[in-house]
Amino acid sequence: MKILVAVKRVVDHNVRIRVRPDGTGVETSGVRMSMNPFCKHAVEAAVQLAEKGDVSEIVVVSIGPKQSNDVILTALAMGAHRGILVETDAALETLTIAKLLAKVVAEEQPDLVLLGKQAVDDDSNHVGQMLAALSNRPQATFASEIVVKGAELEVTREVDYGRETIAVPLPAVVTADLRLNTPRNAALPMVMKARSKPLTVRPAAEFGVDLAPRLTVEKISPPSERVAGKTVASVADFANAIAGEVNEMEAL
Amino acid sequence: MSVLLLADHDNGALSPATARLVAAASELGAVDILVVAENPAPIAAEAAKIAGVHQVITVTAPETAETITNSLENLAQRYRNVTASASSVGKDVIPRLAAKLDIQPVTDIVEILGPNRFTRPIYAGNALETVEDRQATHLLTFRASAFRPAASGNDAPIETLDLSVTSAARFLAAHRTDSDTPDLATAQIVIGGGVSVGSAEGFQLIEKLGKTLGAAVGATRAAVDAGYAPNDWQIGQTGKIIAPDLYIAIGISGALQHLAGIQGAKKIFAINTDPESPLVKIADVALIGDLFEIIPQLIAELERLGIKR
Repeated sequence: MKILVAVKRVVDHNVRIRVRPDGTGVETSGVRMSMNPFCKHAVEAAVQLAEKGDVSEIVVVSIGPKQSNDVILTALAMGAHRGILVETDAALETLTIAKLLAKVVAEEQPDLVLLGKQAVDDDSNHVGQMLAALSNRPQATFASEIVVKGAELEVTREVDYGRETIAVPLPAVVTADLRLNTPRNAALPMVMKARSKPLTVRPAAEFGVDLAPRLTVEKISPPSERVAGKTVASVADFANAIAGEVNEMEAL
Repeated sequence: MSVLLLADHDNGALSPATARLVAAASELGAVDILVVAENPAPIAAEAAKIAGVHQVITVTAPETAETITNSLENLAQRYRNVTASASSVGKDVIPRLAAKLDIQPVTDIVEILGPNRFTRPIYAGNALETVEDRQATHLLTFRASAFRPAASGNDAPIETLDLSVTSAARFLAAHRTDSDTPDLATAQIVIGGGVSVGSAEGFQLIEKLGKTLGAAVGATRAAVDAGYAPNDWQIGQTGKIIAPDLYIAIGISGALQHLAGIQGAKKIFAINTDPESPLVKIADVALIGDLFEIIPQLIAELERLGIKR
């Protein structure tokens, strides 16, 4: 089985982001960047499948500026075999990303494409599903467990009512949720070794995909701030405060 | 300017969030509801009662991403807006449909500013993005919790659409959390428990308080990861987004990812041992102390006051 994993470089999820006062976006210069956490779970899932056998190659792809090489190196250090950077400095919409990935899928012909379910910057949760449609594959999103059963996968998905298990024939697209696994921290020798693994850089323009956005972002604004409240001294005061709120609620 | 809205349902019942989604979709035009289910009739009958629904369309099919997407695709050309809830189903199918129709979707909408202007949260709700969508057809998902529910009392006509939709993916099994607490995403009162609750038994205490108030019960990611609470109770960036009138956070320090899920709450109350925890800092009312001592007293006090929703 050949696996393609798509990864994204984002503002590190522990950084408290700052909205630019002019409304043009979120400050990303001078901010720590790292691999999107959900993408790490996707890489880990690929590496674990390889450790169980029958995986011939793990190819990792990222789309973004030159610095996205860093997250590809992270994936290579975790155990992926080869990297592709589709280089662009433009902020691409999710549909454009999916179209570029579909071109990579057409070239690489992986049996399984693994992605994180969403990126923690735009929180879109689009690309895996879009890629599945564009490459005419079934999808299993929000995976918390992946079991290979011959030519198909049994995937347990985290859904609003709990969990559900579905069977998807390969080739397929699977997106990772947080409880799929615990991503490894690559040991230093692996990090050194990653630098000698093949990494191809290709400009996004060479894929013949229209990169122009469809939506116009008018502004990025901060959410309204909550004002600090009060601390009460006793359980009785707390209960009375709850009673006050309940009495004010609209009957629905 | 018509709108097609995909209805969520579970276990043969229409999602209680649907009235909120109809209210959101109605801001864009007359709303038709699509129900895709193996037995859609009882779900469609419920949907037809929501005020503002023009007609309900049913497709009889097992529910997978592919069958739902194909049903929506078949109907899409009739509508200016194809919409769904930003639920696990809407998130699964709207992007798939978007790629098939070559439309960039706008998802997790919390505010409709006009027929083609929408606001959606990014960075776990730490920023809001306002976008203009000039595409001929809009593909949208709404966060139900951000909209007030539409009234009931309607009797919209129900049309059966005879479609044959196929799916390479097959449904095998549902693993459901048995619970009689209200729906987390639409509840007026939500009690949340953090990792300090310490155990699944500890969460029974949270549930007991929930029952006293008629509240839904949720948990932080850490509490779910620790196995204290089921995954569908998770509140936050990657779990459920809630917007109750009252959120009571118990033993929750307030990680960014959790705060992302509760920003829509009108009032936040907190019980915590640490007066410096981020959640206490944003709480409208806080009580500092040990939750295992406080909760039994609180239940007794609320029962004495006769609070019941």
